[in-house]
Amino acid sequence: MNIVVLVKQVPDSGLARRLDAQLRVDRNGANNVMGELDEYAVEAALQLKEAHGGEVTVLTLGPSQATETVRKVLAMGADKAVHIEDDAVGGSDALTTSAILAAALGRLEWDLVIAGAESTDSGMGVMPQLLAARTGKPALTGARKIDTDGSAITVEHQRANGYDVLSADLPAIVSVWDTINTPRYPSLKGIMAAKRKPVETLTLADLGVGEAGPAAASNEVLSAADRPARTAGEIVTDEGQGGVALAGFLAAEKFI
Amino acid sequence: MTDILVYVPNSGKHAAEVLTLGRTLGDVSAIAFDDASAALAGEYGAAKVYRVDAAGADDYFVDPKATVLIDLARSVAPGFFLLPSTDEGKALAARVAVALENGLLTDVSGLEADGTVTQDAFAGATIVKSKTTKGFTLATVKAGSTEPAPAPGAPTVEAVAATVAENDQRVKVVERVDEPAGDRPGLAEAGIVVSGGRGVGSAEDFALIERVADALGGAVGASRAATDAGYYPHKFQVGQTGTTVSPQLYVAAGISGAIQHRAGMQTSRVIVAVNKDADAPIFGMADFGVVGDLFQVLPQALEEIEKRK
Repeated sequence: MNIVVLVKQVPDSGLARRLDAQLRVDRNGANNVMGELDEYAVEAALQLKEAHGGEVTVLTLGPSQATETVRKVLAMGADKAVHIEDDAVGGSDALTTSAILAAALGRLEWDLVIAGAESTDSGMGVMPQLLAARTGKPALTGARKIDTDGSAITVEHQRANGYDVLSADLPAIVSVWDTINTPRYPSLKGIMAAKRKPVETLTLADLGVGEAGPAAASNEVLSAADRPARTAGEIVTDEGQGGVALAGFLAAEKFI
Repeated sequence: MTDILVYVPNSGKHAAEVLTLGRTLGDVSAIAFDDASAALAGEYGAAKVYRVDAAGADDYFVDPKATVLIDLARSVAPGFFLLPSTDEGKALAARVAVALENGLLTDVSGLEADGTVTQDAFAGATIVKSKTTKGFTLATVKAGSTEPAPAPGAPTVEAVAATVAENDQRVKVVERVDEPAGDRPGLAEAGIVVSGGRGVGSAEDFALIERVADALGGAVGASRAATDAGYYPHKFQVGQTGTTVSPQLYVAAGISGAIQHRAGMQTSRVIVAVNKDADAPIFGMADFGVVGDLFQVLPQALEEIEKRK
Protein backbone atom coordinates (compact mmCIF):
# COMPACT_ATOMS: atom_id res chain seq x y z
CA MET A 1 0.00 0.00 0.00
CA ASN A 2 1.49 3.31 -1.09
CA ILE A 3 0.81 6.24 1.18
CA VAL A 4 1.41 9.94 0.72
CA VAL A 5 1.62 11.88 3.96
CA LEU A 6 1.08 15.64 3.84
CA VAL A 7 3.20 17.73 6.14
CA LYS A 8 3.55 21.47 6.58
CA GLN A 9 6.25 23.39 8.33
CA VAL A 10 4.70 25.99 10.61
CA PRO A 11 5.88 28.52 13.17
CA ASP A 12 6.12 26.84 16.58
CA SER A 13 2.74 27.29 18.24
CA GLY A 14 4.44 27.27 21.62
CA LEU A 15 6.12 30.60 20.88
CA ALA A 16 4.89 34.03 19.84
CA ARG A 17 3.77 34.15 16.21
CA ARG A 18 2.88 37.06 13.98
CA LEU A 19 1.98 38.18 10.49
CA ASP A 20 4.67 39.96 8.47
CA ALA A 21 4.42 43.33 6.69
CA GLN A 22 2.59 41.68 3.78
CA LEU A 23 0.08 40.27 6.30
CA ARG A 24 1.27 36.72 5.69
CA VAL A 25 2.38 34.22 8.31
CA ASP A 26 5.92 35.20 9.28
CA ARG A 27 8.00 32.13 8.49
CA ASN A 28 11.38 33.81 8.55
CA GLY A 29 11.98 33.25 12.23
CA ALA A 30 14.15 30.32 13.31
CA ASN A 31 11.27 28.70 15.17
CA ASN A 32 9.73 26.65 12.39
CA VAL A 33 8.65 23.11 13.18
CA MET A 34 6.58 20.36 11.64
CA GLY A 35 2.87 21.02 12.18
CA GLU A 36 1.95 19.37 15.45
CA LEU A 37 -0.90 17.26 14.07
CA ASP A 38 1.21 16.25 11.06
CA GLU A 39 3.33 14.07 13.33
CA TYR A 40 0.29 11.90 14.01
CA ALA A 41 -0.36 11.62 10.28
CA VAL A 42 3.24 10.46 9.75
CA GLU A 43 2.96 7.90 12.55
CA ALA A 44 -0.32 6.58 11.13
CA ALA A 45 1.30 6.23 7.69
CA LEU A 46 4.32 4.40 9.10
CA GLN A 47 2.15 1.99 11.10
CA LEU A 48 0.08 1.16 8.00
CA LYS A 49 3.23 0.63 5.98
CA GLU A 50 4.59 -1.70 8.65
CA ALA A 51 1.36 -3.71 8.51
CA HIS A 52 0.75 -3.74 4.77
CA GLY A 53 4.06 -2.97 3.06
CA GLY A 54 4.47 -0.37 0.34
CA GLU A 55 6.08 3.03 0.47
CA VAL A 56 5.47 6.24 2.41
CA THR A 57 6.10 9.43 0.47
CA VAL A 58 6.26 12.80 2.24
CA LEU A 59 4.68 15.66 0.31
CA THR A 60 5.25 19.22 1.42
CA LEU A 61 4.86 22.70 0.01
CA GLY A 62 7.05 25.40 1.47
CA PRO A 63 10.23 27.46 1.36
CA SER A 64 13.70 25.94 1.39
CA GLN A 65 13.80 25.71 5.19
CA ALA A 66 10.91 23.22 5.02
CA THR A 67 13.64 20.72 4.10
CA GLU A 68 14.20 20.35 7.85
CA THR A 69 10.67 19.06 8.26
CA VAL A 70 11.06 16.73 5.28
CA ARG A 71 14.26 15.30 6.78
CA LYS A 72 12.56 14.73 10.09
CA VAL A 73 9.78 12.69 8.45
CA LEU A 74 12.35 10.68 6.49
CA ALA A 75 14.22 10.09 9.76
CA MET A 76 11.01 8.83 11.35
CA GLY A 77 10.85 6.22 8.59
CA ALA A 78 9.25 7.60 5.41
CA ASP A 79 10.88 6.35 2.20
CA LYS A 80 11.06 9.40 -0.04
CA ALA A 81 9.93 12.98 -0.32
CA VAL A 82 8.50 15.49 -2.75
CA HIS A 83 9.13 19.10 -1.81
CA ILE A 84 7.34 21.74 -3.85
CA GLU A 85 9.47 24.84 -3.55
CA ASP A 86 8.81 27.94 -5.59
CA ASP A 87 9.06 31.62 -4.69
CA ALA A 88 5.73 32.21 -6.44
CA VAL A 89 3.92 30.06 -3.84
CA GLY A 90 4.23 32.54 -0.96
CA GLY A 91 0.92 34.19 -0.12
CA SER A 92 -1.19 31.48 -1.77
CA ASP A 93 -4.59 30.82 -0.24
CA ALA A 94 -5.99 27.41 0.64
CA LEU A 95 -7.72 27.00 -2.73
CA THR A 96 -4.51 27.60 -4.68
CA THR A 97 -2.54 25.43 -2.27
CA SER A 98 -5.00 22.60 -2.84
CA ALA A 99 -4.61 22.97 -6.62
CA ILE A 100 -0.81 22.73 -6.29
CA LEU A 101 -0.95 19.72 -3.95
CA ALA A 102 -3.54 18.01 -6.18
CA ALA A 103 -1.21 18.46 -9.18
CA ALA A 104 1.60 16.83 -7.20
CA LEU A 105 -0.68 13.98 -6.09
CA GLY A 106 -1.51 13.45 -9.74
CA ARG A 107 2.14 12.58 -10.41
CA LEU A 108 2.35 10.07 -7.56
CA GLU A 109 0.95 6.56 -7.22
CA TRP A 110 -1.02 6.29 -4.00
CA ASP A 111 -3.68 4.27 -2.29
CA LEU A 112 -4.01 6.59 0.66
CA VAL A 113 -3.25 10.22 1.47
CA ILE A 114 -2.97 11.03 5.19
CA ALA A 115 -2.93 14.55 6.63
CA GLY A 116 -3.28 16.11 10.06
CA ALA A 117 -6.82 17.27 10.79
CA GLU A 118 -5.67 20.89 10.57
CA SER A 119 -2.49 22.94 10.49
CA THR A 120 -1.46 24.81 13.60
CA ASP A 121 -0.81 28.07 11.71
CA SER A 122 -3.83 28.85 9.56
CA GLY A 123 -5.90 26.16 11.30
CA MET A 124 -8.57 26.02 8.59
CA GLY A 125 -8.90 22.23 8.60
CA VAL A 126 -10.24 22.12 5.04
CA MET A 127 -7.34 20.73 2.99
CA PRO A 128 -8.47 17.07 2.89
CA GLN A 129 -11.89 18.07 1.56
CA LEU A 130 -10.40 20.57 -0.91
CA LEU A 131 -8.12 17.79 -2.19
CA ALA A 132 -11.03 15.36 -2.35
CA ALA A 133 -12.89 17.82 -4.55
CA ARG A 134 -9.86 18.35 -6.79
CA THR A 135 -8.72 14.72 -7.09
CA GLY A 136 -12.20 13.20 -7.23
CA LYS A 137 -11.27 10.80 -4.42
CA PRO A 138 -13.30 10.34 -1.23
CA ALA A 139 -12.23 12.08 1.99
CA LEU A 140 -12.70 10.62 5.48
CA THR A 141 -11.70 13.35 7.87
CA GLY A 142 -10.96 13.79 11.57
CA ALA A 143 -10.05 10.16 12.26
CA ARG A 144 -9.24 8.91 15.74
CA LYS A 145 -8.77 5.35 14.43
CA ILE A 146 -7.95 3.86 11.02
CA ASP A 147 -8.40 0.28 9.84
CA THR A 148 -7.67 -0.98 6.35
CA ASP A 149 -7.36 -4.32 4.60
CA GLY A 150 -5.49 -2.74 1.71
CA SER A 151 -8.52 -2.31 -0.53
CA ALA A 152 -11.00 -0.47 1.70
CA ILE A 153 -10.63 1.80 4.72
CA THR A 154 -12.70 2.28 7.86
CA VAL A 155 -12.18 5.21 10.21
CA GLU A 156 -13.71 6.51 13.39
CA HIS A 157 -14.57 10.13 12.60
CA GLN A 158 -14.33 12.06 15.87
CA ARG A 159 -17.03 14.60 16.60
CA ALA A 160 -17.92 16.68 19.65
CA ASN A 161 -20.29 14.20 21.27
CA GLY A 162 -19.25 10.86 19.86
CA TYR A 163 -17.92 9.40 16.65
CA ASP A 164 -19.10 8.08 13.29
CA VAL A 165 -17.71 4.95 11.71
CA LEU A 166 -17.01 5.75 8.04
CA SER A 167 -15.87 3.42 5.30
CA ALA A 168 -14.79 3.80 1.68
CA ASP A 169 -12.84 1.99 -0.99
CA LEU A 170 -9.24 3.02 -1.61
CA PRO A 171 -7.78 5.22 -2.93
CA ALA A 172 -8.94 7.73 -0.35
CA ILE A 173 -7.86 10.79 1.62
CA VAL A 174 -7.84 10.68 5.41
CA SER A 175 -7.07 13.23 8.11
CA VAL A 176 -6.25 12.38 11.71
CA TRP A 177 -6.51 13.88 15.20
CA ASP A 178 -3.89 13.46 17.89
CA THR A 179 -6.01 10.84 19.64
CA ILE A 180 -5.00 8.28 17.01
CA ASN A 181 -1.50 7.31 18.14
CA THR A 182 1.70 8.41 19.83
CA PRO A 183 4.24 9.58 17.24
CA ARG A 184 7.68 7.99 17.37
CA TYR A 185 10.90 9.94 17.70
CA PRO A 186 13.45 9.62 14.92
CA SER A 187 16.19 7.16 15.91
CA LEU A 188 19.85 7.96 15.38
CA LYS A 189 19.91 5.25 12.72
CA GLY A 190 16.86 6.83 11.12
CA ILE A 191 18.50 10.24 11.10
CA MET A 192 21.58 8.81 9.37
CA ALA A 193 19.48 6.87 6.85
CA ALA A 194 17.37 9.95 6.06
CA LYS A 195 20.40 11.65 4.53
CA ARG A 196 20.46 9.08 1.74
CA LYS A 197 16.73 9.05 0.99
CA PRO A 198 15.57 10.70 -2.24
CA VAL A 199 14.00 14.16 -2.09
CA GLU A 200 12.49 15.41 -5.32
CA THR A 201 12.15 19.18 -5.58
CA LEU A 202 9.43 20.48 -7.87
CA THR A 203 8.47 23.94 -9.07
CA LEU A 204 5.05 25.18 -10.13
CA ALA A 205 6.22 24.91 -13.75
CA ASP A 206 7.06 21.23 -13.18
CA LEU A 207 3.50 20.74 -11.95
CA GLY A 208 1.91 22.74 -14.71
CA VAL A 209 0.35 25.15 -12.21
CA GLY A 210 0.01 28.66 -13.55
CA GLU A 211 -0.78 31.52 -11.25
CA ALA A 212 -0.21 31.23 -7.50
CA GLY A 213 0.49 33.59 -4.62
CA PRO A 214 -1.50 36.73 -3.79
CA ALA A 215 -2.49 37.35 -7.43
CA ALA A 216 -4.36 34.05 -7.57
CA ALA A 217 -5.82 34.29 -4.07
CA SER A 218 -9.57 34.47 -3.64
CA ASN A 219 -9.34 36.32 -0.33
CA GLU A 220 -7.54 39.43 0.72
CA VAL A 221 -6.31 40.20 4.22
CA LEU A 222 -7.18 43.84 4.86
CA SER A 223 -5.62 44.38 8.25
CA ALA A 224 -4.19 42.61 11.27
CA ALA A 225 -3.85 43.74 14.85
CA ASP A 226 -2.58 42.12 18.00
CA ARG A 227 -5.39 41.26 20.34
CA PRO A 228 -5.09 43.68 23.22
CA ALA A 229 -3.12 41.81 25.87
CA ARG A 230 -5.28 40.67 28.74
CA THR A 231 -4.19 42.35 31.88
CA ALA A 232 -4.17 40.58 35.17
CA GLY A 233 -7.11 41.47 37.36
CA GLU A 234 -7.37 40.92 41.07
CA ILE A 235 -5.17 38.12 42.36
CA VAL A 236 -5.66 37.06 45.97
CA THR A 237 -3.69 34.56 48.01
CA ASP A 238 -5.78 31.98 49.83
CA GLU A 239 -5.40 32.39 53.55
CA GLY A 240 -8.53 30.45 54.39
CA GLN A 241 -11.12 32.56 52.57
CA GLY A 242 -10.02 32.09 48.94
CA GLY A 243 -13.10 30.09 47.99
CA VAL A 244 -15.43 32.68 49.49
CA ALA A 245 -13.60 35.42 47.59
CA LEU A 246 -13.92 33.41 44.38
CA ALA A 247 -17.66 32.92 44.86
CA GLY A 248 -17.95 36.62 45.66
CA PHE A 249 -16.31 37.53 42.36
CA LEU A 250 -18.60 35.16 40.43
CA ALA A 251 -21.64 36.69 42.14
CA ALA A 252 -20.47 40.23 41.41
CA GLU A 253 -20.10 39.23 37.75
CA LYS A 254 -23.62 37.72 37.90
CA PHE A 255 -22.55 34.16 37.16
CA ILE A 256 -24.39 33.01 40.27
CA MET B 1 -31.74 43.03 -0.18
CA THR B 2 -28.83 40.65 -0.49
CA ASP B 3 -29.65 36.96 -0.28
CA ILE B 4 -28.01 35.32 2.69
CA LEU B 5 -27.81 31.55 2.40
CA VAL B 6 -27.41 29.79 5.74
CA TYR B 7 -26.84 26.07 6.15
CA VAL B 8 -28.79 25.03 9.26
CA PRO B 9 -27.80 21.72 10.80
CA ASN B 10 -29.88 20.28 13.59
CA SER B 11 -27.49 21.49 16.27
CA GLY B 12 -29.30 24.12 18.30
CA LYS B 13 -27.40 27.09 19.63
CA HIS B 14 -24.57 27.35 17.10
CA ALA B 15 -26.98 27.23 14.16
CA ALA B 16 -29.17 29.84 15.90
CA GLU B 17 -26.14 32.10 16.20
CA VAL B 18 -25.37 31.83 12.50
CA LEU B 19 -29.01 32.60 11.63
CA THR B 20 -28.92 35.61 13.99
CA LEU B 21 -25.73 36.95 12.36
CA GLY B 22 -27.14 36.29 8.89
CA ARG B 23 -30.19 38.42 9.64
CA THR B 24 -28.00 41.46 10.26
CA LEU B 25 -26.79 41.22 6.65
CA GLY B 26 -30.01 40.69 4.68
CA ASP B 27 -32.85 38.27 4.07
CA VAL B 28 -31.90 34.80 5.21
CA SER B 29 -32.66 31.77 3.08
CA ALA B 30 -32.01 28.72 5.23
CA ILE B 31 -31.08 25.27 3.94
CA ALA B 32 -32.57 22.56 6.15
CA PHE B 33 -32.38 18.79 5.68
CA ASP B 34 -34.88 17.94 8.42
CA ASP B 35 -37.95 19.35 10.15
CA ALA B 36 -36.13 20.36 13.35
CA SER B 37 -33.64 22.45 11.36
CA ALA B 38 -36.45 24.02 9.32
CA ALA B 39 -38.28 24.91 12.55
CA LEU B 40 -35.11 26.45 14.00
CA ALA B 41 -34.69 28.56 10.85
CA GLY B 42 -38.25 29.88 11.26
CA GLU B 43 -37.71 30.63 14.92
CA TYR B 44 -34.58 32.64 14.16
CA GLY B 45 -36.04 34.82 11.45
CA ALA B 46 -35.30 33.13 8.14
CA ALA B 47 -37.39 34.66 5.34
CA LYS B 48 -37.22 31.48 3.32
CA VAL B 49 -36.41 27.84 3.95
CA TYR B 50 -35.13 25.42 1.37
CA ARG B 51 -36.47 22.22 2.88
CA VAL B 52 -34.30 19.57 1.27
CA ASP B 53 -35.55 16.03 1.06
CA ALA B 54 -32.52 13.95 0.20
CA ALA B 55 -33.67 10.45 1.01
CA GLY B 56 -30.75 8.28 2.06
CA ALA B 57 -28.26 11.16 2.48
CA ASP B 58 -27.76 10.25 6.13
CA ASP B 59 -26.28 6.92 5.12
CA TYR B 60 -23.27 8.76 3.71
CA PHE B 61 -20.72 11.30 4.90
CA VAL B 62 -20.86 14.94 3.74
CA ASP B 63 -20.85 14.31 -0.02
CA PRO B 64 -24.62 14.18 -0.75
CA LYS B 65 -25.22 17.35 1.27
CA ALA B 66 -22.30 19.05 -0.45
CA THR B 67 -23.86 18.39 -3.84
CA VAL B 68 -27.15 19.95 -2.72
CA LEU B 69 -25.37 23.00 -1.29
CA ILE B 70 -23.32 23.47 -4.46
CA ASP B 71 -26.47 23.36 -6.61
CA LEU B 72 -28.30 25.84 -4.36
CA ALA B 73 -25.32 28.20 -4.17
CA ARG B 74 -25.10 28.16 -7.95
CA SER B 75 -28.80 28.86 -8.52
CA VAL B 76 -29.30 31.40 -5.70
CA ALA B 77 -26.02 33.30 -6.28
CA PRO B 78 -26.15 34.69 -2.72
CA GLY B 79 -24.27 37.66 -1.31
CA PHE B 80 -23.21 35.52 1.66
CA PHE B 81 -23.25 31.80 2.28
CA LEU B 82 -22.79 31.07 5.98
CA LEU B 83 -22.26 27.74 7.72
CA PRO B 84 -21.43 26.87 11.32
CA SER B 85 -17.70 26.35 11.84
CA THR B 86 -17.97 22.68 12.69
CA ASP B 87 -16.21 19.76 11.01
CA GLU B 88 -19.28 19.28 8.86
CA GLY B 89 -19.74 22.97 8.10
CA LYS B 90 -16.12 23.37 7.08
CA ALA B 91 -16.19 20.24 4.93
CA LEU B 92 -19.31 21.44 3.12
CA ALA B 93 -17.88 24.94 2.64
CA ALA B 94 -14.67 23.47 1.21
CA ARG B 95 -16.63 21.48 -1.36
CA VAL B 96 -18.64 24.56 -2.37
CA ALA B 97 -15.45 26.62 -2.66
CA VAL B 98 -13.78 24.23 -5.09
CA ALA B 99 -16.92 23.59 -7.14
CA LEU B 100 -17.52 27.31 -7.67
CA GLU B 101 -13.85 28.42 -7.45
CA ASN B 102 -15.09 30.76 -4.76
CA GLY B 103 -13.16 32.31 -1.88
CA LEU B 104 -13.43 30.55 1.49
CA LEU B 105 -13.16 32.11 4.95
CA THR B 106 -13.23 29.86 8.00
CA ASP B 107 -13.81 30.49 11.71
CA VAL B 108 -15.09 34.03 11.29
CA SER B 109 -16.35 35.77 14.43
CA GLY B 110 -17.82 38.86 12.78
CA LEU B 111 -19.32 39.88 9.43
CA GLU B 112 -20.03 43.27 7.91
CA ALA B 113 -22.48 44.07 5.13
CA ASP B 114 -19.63 44.96 2.74
CA GLY B 115 -18.22 41.45 3.10
CA THR B 116 -15.45 42.28 5.57
CA VAL B 117 -15.04 39.46 8.08
CA THR B 118 -13.20 39.26 11.39
CA GLN B 119 -11.09 36.20 12.13
CA ASP B 120 -8.75 35.22 14.93
CA ALA B 121 -5.29 34.23 13.73
CA PHE B 122 -2.86 32.20 15.84
CA ALA B 123 -5.70 31.00 18.02
CA GLY B 124 -6.77 34.46 19.06
CA ALA B 125 -3.45 36.27 19.47
CA THR B 126 -4.02 38.30 16.29
CA ILE B 127 -7.25 39.76 14.94
CA VAL B 128 -7.49 39.76 11.15
CA LYS B 129 -9.94 41.49 8.82
CA SER B 130 -10.35 39.83 5.43
CA LYS B 131 -12.54 39.95 2.38
CA THR B 132 -13.30 37.57 -0.44
CA THR B 133 -12.16 38.76 -3.85
CA LYS B 134 -13.60 35.90 -5.89
CA GLY B 135 -17.33 35.21 -5.77
CA PHE B 136 -19.64 35.67 -2.80
CA THR B 137 -18.63 35.68 0.86
CA LEU B 138 -18.48 31.99 1.77
CA ALA B 139 -17.76 31.78 5.48
CA THR B 140 -17.93 29.36 8.39
CA VAL B 141 -18.91 31.09 11.63
CA LYS B 142 -17.31 30.23 14.97
CA ALA B 143 -19.49 29.14 17.86
CA GLY B 144 -20.10 31.92 20.37
CA SER B 145 -19.76 34.74 17.81
CA THR B 146 -23.05 36.30 18.81
CA GLU B 147 -25.96 35.79 21.20
CA PRO B 148 -28.78 33.98 19.41
CA ALA B 149 -31.83 36.25 19.15
CA PRO B 150 -35.16 34.61 18.26
CA ALA B 151 -37.33 36.34 15.66
CA PRO B 152 -40.15 33.88 14.99
CA GLY B 153 -41.78 34.22 11.62
CA ALA B 154 -43.47 32.24 8.91
CA PRO B 155 -40.86 31.72 6.23
CA THR B 156 -41.84 30.67 2.74
CA VAL B 157 -40.87 27.07 2.27
CA GLU B 158 -39.49 25.73 -0.97
CA ALA B 159 -39.26 21.97 -1.17
CA VAL B 160 -36.06 20.69 -2.78
CA ALA B 161 -36.01 17.05 -3.80
CA ALA B 162 -32.55 15.58 -4.15
CA THR B 163 -31.36 12.11 -5.02
CA VAL B 164 -28.06 10.81 -3.77
CA ALA B 165 -25.78 10.38 -6.78
CA GLU B 166 -23.62 7.28 -6.99
CA ASN B 167 -20.49 9.38 -6.74
CA ASP B 168 -21.71 10.72 -3.38
CA GLN B 169 -22.16 7.21 -1.97
CA ARG B 170 -18.46 6.44 -1.68
CA VAL B 171 -18.06 7.31 2.00
CA LYS B 172 -20.59 5.29 3.93
CA VAL B 173 -21.62 5.99 7.50
CA VAL B 174 -21.56 2.52 8.97
CA GLU B 175 -22.50 3.57 12.48
CA ARG B 176 -23.12 6.71 14.51
CA VAL B 177 -22.06 6.42 18.13
CA ASP B 178 -23.05 9.06 20.65
CA GLU B 179 -20.97 9.50 23.76
CA PRO B 180 -23.14 11.98 25.64
CA ALA B 181 -21.56 14.19 28.24
CA GLY B 182 -24.57 13.80 30.52
CA ASP B 183 -26.66 16.91 31.00
CA ARG B 184 -23.75 19.30 30.58
CA PRO B 185 -23.66 21.71 27.65
CA GLY B 186 -21.29 21.03 24.73
CA LEU B 187 -17.78 22.35 25.30
CA ALA B 188 -17.59 24.54 22.19
CA GLU B 189 -21.01 26.10 22.79
CA ALA B 190 -21.07 26.43 26.57
CA GLY B 191 -21.44 29.85 28.14
CA ILE B 192 -19.41 28.70 31.13
CA VAL B 193 -16.45 26.30 31.03
CA VAL B 194 -14.69 24.91 34.10
CA SER B 195 -11.36 23.26 33.25
CA GLY B 196 -8.90 21.24 35.22
CA GLY B 197 -5.21 20.73 34.57
CA ARG B 198 -2.25 18.79 35.82
CA GLY B 199 -2.84 20.23 39.29
CA VAL B 200 -6.01 18.16 39.64
CA GLY B 201 -3.69 15.20 39.98
CA SER B 202 -5.93 12.25 39.15
CA ALA B 203 -8.97 11.07 37.20
CA GLU B 204 -10.91 10.60 40.46
CA ASP B 205 -10.31 14.17 41.56
CA PHE B 206 -11.77 15.51 38.31
CA ALA B 207 -15.11 14.89 40.05
CA LEU B 208 -14.43 18.17 41.89
CA ILE B 209 -14.12 20.01 38.54
CA GLU B 210 -17.39 18.38 37.43
CA ARG B 211 -19.11 19.52 40.63
CA VAL B 212 -18.01 23.12 40.07
CA ALA B 213 -19.13 22.95 36.43
CA ASP B 214 -22.52 21.57 37.46
CA ALA B 215 -22.97 24.20 40.18
CA LEU B 216 -22.40 26.91 37.56
CA GLY B 217 -24.32 25.13 34.77
CA GLY B 218 -21.17 24.89 32.68
CA ALA B 219 -19.21 22.41 30.61
CA VAL B 220 -16.09 20.58 31.82
CA GLY B 221 -12.79 21.10 30.03
CA ALA B 222 -9.26 19.87 30.56
CA SER B 223 -5.78 21.01 29.67
CA ARG B 224 -3.58 18.91 27.45
CA ALA B 225 -1.44 17.94 30.43
CA ALA B 226 -4.56 16.54 32.09
CA THR B 227 -5.80 14.64 29.03
CA ASP B 228 -2.31 13.30 28.25
CA ALA B 229 -2.07 12.06 31.83
CA GLY B 230 -5.39 10.27 31.37
CA TYR B 231 -7.24 12.33 34.00
CA TYR B 232 -10.02 13.20 31.58
CA PRO B 233 -11.00 12.12 28.03
CA HIS B 234 -9.23 13.84 25.17
CA LYS B 235 -12.41 15.17 23.60
CA PHE B 236 -12.70 17.64 26.48
CA GLN B 237 -9.28 19.12 25.80
CA VAL B 238 -9.21 22.90 25.51
CA GLY B 239 -6.27 24.26 23.53
CA GLN B 240 -4.39 24.41 20.28
CA THR B 241 -4.87 20.69 19.61
CA GLY B 242 -8.26 20.47 21.24
CA THR B 243 -11.37 22.61 21.28
CA THR B 244 -11.21 26.39 21.10
CA VAL B 245 -13.71 27.90 23.49
CA SER B 246 -14.93 31.45 23.89
CA PRO B 247 -17.35 31.35 26.83
CA GLN B 248 -18.60 34.18 29.02
CA LEU B 249 -16.75 32.61 31.95
CA TYR B 250 -13.70 30.34 31.91
CA VAL B 251 -12.51 28.83 35.18
CA ALA B 252 -8.99 27.33 35.05
CA ALA B 253 -8.16 25.13 38.03
CA GLY B 254 -4.68 23.67 38.41
CA ILE B 255 -3.75 24.91 34.92
CA SER B 256 -0.47 26.79 34.53
CA GLY B 257 -1.49 28.44 31.27
CA ALA B 258 0.98 27.18 28.65
CA ILE B 259 0.58 28.83 25.22
CA GLN B 260 -0.92 25.55 23.98
CA HIS B 261 -3.77 26.02 26.44
CA ARG B 262 -4.10 29.79 26.20
CA ALA B 263 -4.61 29.39 22.45
CA GLY B 264 -7.84 27.58 23.17
CA MET B 265 -9.39 29.94 25.71
CA GLN B 266 -7.88 33.41 25.53
CA THR B 267 -10.95 34.94 23.89
CA SER B 268 -13.13 34.03 26.88
CA ARG B 269 -14.89 37.09 28.29
CA VAL B 270 -14.03 36.54 31.96
CA ILE B 271 -11.20 34.29 33.12
CA VAL B 272 -10.84 32.97 36.66
CA ALA B 273 -7.80 30.97 37.79
CA VAL B 274 -6.96 28.88 40.83
CA ASN B 275 -3.38 27.66 41.10
CA LYS B 276 -0.86 26.88 43.81
CA ASP B 277 1.95 28.55 41.88
CA ALA B 278 1.77 32.36 42.15
CA ASP B 279 4.05 32.61 39.08
CA ALA B 280 1.78 30.54 36.80
CA PRO B 281 1.27 32.43 33.51
CA ILE B 282 -2.49 31.92 33.78
CA PHE B 283 -2.59 34.65 36.45
CA GLY B 284 -1.27 37.13 33.90
CA MET B 285 -4.52 36.86 31.96
CA ALA B 286 -7.00 36.16 34.73
CA ASP B 287 -9.65 38.69 35.72
CA PHE B 288 -9.70 37.07 39.11
CA GLY B 289 -7.22 34.63 40.56
CA VAL B 290 -6.73 32.73 43.77
CA VAL B 291 -3.23 31.57 44.64
CA GLY B 292 -3.92 28.47 46.67
CA ASP B 293 -4.69 24.77 46.79
CA LEU B 294 -7.62 24.04 44.49
CA PHE B 295 -8.74 21.27 46.88
CA GLN B 296 -9.23 23.92 49.57
CA VAL B 297 -10.47 26.78 47.40
CA LEU B 298 -12.99 25.00 45.15
CA PRO B 299 -14.93 23.09 47.85
CA GLN B 300 -15.22 26.32 49.85
CA ALA B 301 -16.35 28.19 46.73
CA LEU B 302 -18.92 25.45 46.04
CA GLU B 303 -20.32 25.80 49.55
CA GLU B 304 -20.55 29.57 49.12
CA ILE B 305 -22.20 29.21 45.68
CA GLU B 306 -24.86 26.92 47.17
CA LYS B 307 -25.46 29.46 49.95
CA ARG B 308 -25.89 32.32 47.51
CA LYS B 309 -28.23 30.46 45.15
